[in-house]
Amino acid sequence: MIRIRIFYAKTEPMRYTGNLDINKVLERALRRADLPLAYSQGFHPQPRMNQACPLPLGMTSTAEILDCWLEEDLSLEEINNRLQPALPPGIEVESILIIDLQEPKVQTLVNSTEYTATLLDEMPPEELASRIQSILSADTLPRERRGKKYDLRPLIESLAVLAPDENDRQRFLMKLAARQGATGRADEVLDALNIQPGTARLVRTKIHLLDPVNPQTPD
Amino acid sequence: MLNHLEINNKLERILINVERPGRYTGGELNEVLKSWEDTQTHVALVFPEIYDIGLSNLGITVLYDLLNKRKDVWAQRAYLPWVDMEAALRQANIPLYALESKRPLSEFDIIGISLPYETLYTNTLNMLDLAQIPLFSANRDDNHPLVIAGGHAAYNPEPMADFIDAFAIGEGEEVIYDIVNVFQAWKERGEPRARLLKDLSGIPGVYVPALYQPVYLSDGRIAEYKPLVPEAPHQVVKRIVAELPPPPTHLIVPSIDIVHNRVAVEIMRGCTRGCRFCHAGMVNRPVRERPVEQVISAIEESLKNTGYEEIALLSLSSSDYTNILELVEKVSERFNSQHLKTSLPSLRIESFSIDLMELLRDSRSGGFTLAPEAASEKMRNIINKPIATQQLLETVRAIYSRGWTTIKLYFMIGHPSETLEDVQAIADLCKAVLEEGRKAIGRKAKLHAGVSTFVPKPHTPFQWVSGDTMEEIRAKQDLLRKQLRAPGLKLNWSDPRDTMLEAVLTRGDRRVGAAIYGAWKNGAKFDAWREFFNYDTWLAAFEHAGIDPAFYTHRQRDLDEVFPWDHINIGVSKSFLIKDYQWSLQGKLRPDCRDHCYACGILSTFAESRKNTPAESWKCPEVA
Repeated sequence: MIRIRIFYAKTEPMRYTGNLDINKVLERALRRADLPLAYSQGFHPQPRMNQACPLPLGMTSTAEILDCWLEEDLSLEEINNRLQPALPPGIEVESILIIDLQEPKVQTLVNSTEYTATLLDEMPPEELASRIQSILSADTLPRERRGKKYDLRPLIESLAVLAPDENDRQRFLMKLAARQGATGRADEVLDALNIQPGTARLVRTKIHLLDPVNPQTPD
Repeated sequence: MLNHLEINNKLERILINVERPGRYTGGELNEVLKSWEDTQTHVALVFPEIYDIGLSNLGITVLYDLLNKRKDVWAQRAYLPWVDMEAALRQANIPLYALESKRPLSEFDIIGISLPYETLYTNTLNMLDLAQIPLFSANRDDNHPLVIAGGHAAYNPEPMADFIDAFAIGEGEEVIYDIVNVFQAWKERGEPRARLLKDLSGIPGVYVPALYQPVYLSDGRIAEYKPLVPEAPHQVVKRIVAELPPPPTHLIVPSIDIVHNRVAVEIMRGCTRGCRFCHAGMVNRPVRERPVEQVISAIEESLKNTGYEEIALLSLSSSDYTNILELVEKVSERFNSQHLKTSLPSLRIESFSIDLMELLRDSRSGGFTLAPEAASEKMRNIINKPIATQQLLETVRAIYSRGWTTIKLYFMIGHPSETLEDVQAIADLCKAVLEEGRKAIGRKAKLHAGVSTFVPKPHTPFQWVSGDTMEEIRAKQDLLRKQLRAPGLKLNWSDPRDTMLEAVLTRGDRRVGAAIYGAWKNGAKFDAWREFFNYDTWLAAFEHAGIDPAFYTHRQRDLDEVFPWDHINIGVSKSFLIKDYQWSLQGKLRPDCRDHCYACGILSTFAESRKNTPAESWKCPEVA
């Protein structure tokens, strides 16, 4: 039995595939790759797979992380050789690592996430900077999501304007908390900035994992 | 009209705001991508329902696979948007597009629509409207795509005759190539559209409604269907493939969850049981079986290409597949260990079916399904589906005892000559079945009874009968609801208004088209969906079109009446159907024709095909 960590990108063809469906997508890719996925016990055995951090529908990512357990001790090269041709459009595997079986579950090690937002509509750079500034200077940002009230401000670790992209579209970076019970959502930030859904393209660019040996220290 | 690049840009704005946007993006594993400019002929295959339902449709899957094997054709897919996306498309003026390329359907050469059942008719019109293609065939010119349709509802093409340029009658595997070839030759010559329609009419199995004139008698019945040009044959004979070609294995895998996520393989086409209510059993003759090895290797290939976790073996009556035990044993041997679930529907009511199901992994989780249809000996003889109550009870006793807690039984009310007594027999039988379950496993035993309502279908021995009225149906359903109220017992029934609509459309003639158009114009769509079906809209549409629904639903036909589908030849002769209908009136059974040929007409119609196929694959007797 080995545990592997797959670092992968979720690209354009899978932008509108939500988190639950992505699990199925990955499960099927592993099956097509003829990789011996381990299954849980019980009446309805589930494949042993853990996503580090769910990615909401409508976003792409260059930095996704999936842990899974294989019943055979295959080499990383063998795993990669089988996996690459079995990938569907929209999933690109960047690298694979072997992880110690004893390490805590990957989802418990997630500390924060980073996203890049690209505005599809024109906005004067001063306007964008000013909106970002009002968010950052606010003490609280009371919001409601799915009937629950919460404060978005403490979940925003940083917000910064980036250089415009090659088509001159405004961009900014956000770093959000992603811990149990304290997860900032990128689409909530957009809404707080008064940016309409569908007018900004979101890409997750990093998932920060804590050091598994000493989980209190961010990496 | 927007082009595909503009459509892509606009989609980014709206997709995040609709439900399940993955329905509208394409980009799935195994979709076929080609160069638009470098491909000669563009075909859009359309299933007139939402993506979740349409994607797994086997007919479209087969045609997609076959057409894309040709270098000169690119077949793409389109489905109907759900209502929220429809509103967004209309508001943004985005025409309906194909998933692969995002090109508007109106840019395609041929639109091929699958019509498996009649409640998709208004969806079909809505689809054409969203594609900005004229709804009426007569209003299309040389710049519009050719609009063709096929599928089970096409065996009576008349209600949709005003909207479809050409119907492909029967099996599509070969005729689709013929249609493309004729289209290409016509396009090359640069002649007007009228010439294309005549050329298509010359293809065996293709029906071009515009080339026929229905002539009516003073009482509204049909006098004849007059061919208007010499190219149009008096009868269009369905196409069949002599042997089933290998099944498609590069199945498209959706990136979102849909209704059916599995490898579906047709193990056999056609049925020899001769149940008299059954449209599929009559129109899909002759029976042709796929060899066991072909099924197994198709499953293996498909699993390799998809990574699906479920397999479905499809046919009208799996127990009749000659080597069913060998097939199930091989399937369980190869695939049970891989966390794969196999479903095997349509099994006979006998204990051997339990043996088969036990070989399949996880089979007990879904319940065991049987379809007795009737519960009294009288009705069983009338519909020609004899299954003794004793045998049914023995079978269910064994099912409950061997690990299943839930049994699903399918019944049908509304058959000719049925009385409340016969319906009472259904209730009694259900109670007896549940009692068997209680005796075997106590209160864990469950029974789900699905009671649908019979609708007389074209091309069956019951095509002459008058159907039950709504009041009669309601009375029968009331009886069942009163009687079948008990713990462990669940009863499902069909809304009689759904039944009435189906009954008009299925035996409708060309005049019904005006009502379909009127209903659509007044908002009818997704008629198969409870939350959308509006019976009043349809009643108003019938009235406005001058149509009396009862003329189609509640009228006993004389044996010599000309039907709106008589010019469509399914290979089974009308005289055979008449004889079978008369036998039903006498309660006379007609056993499985694998054992004894009744000369239904299939063999004489397709004698040439039969001669050229190996004996084992085709279940009609050999011809010299």
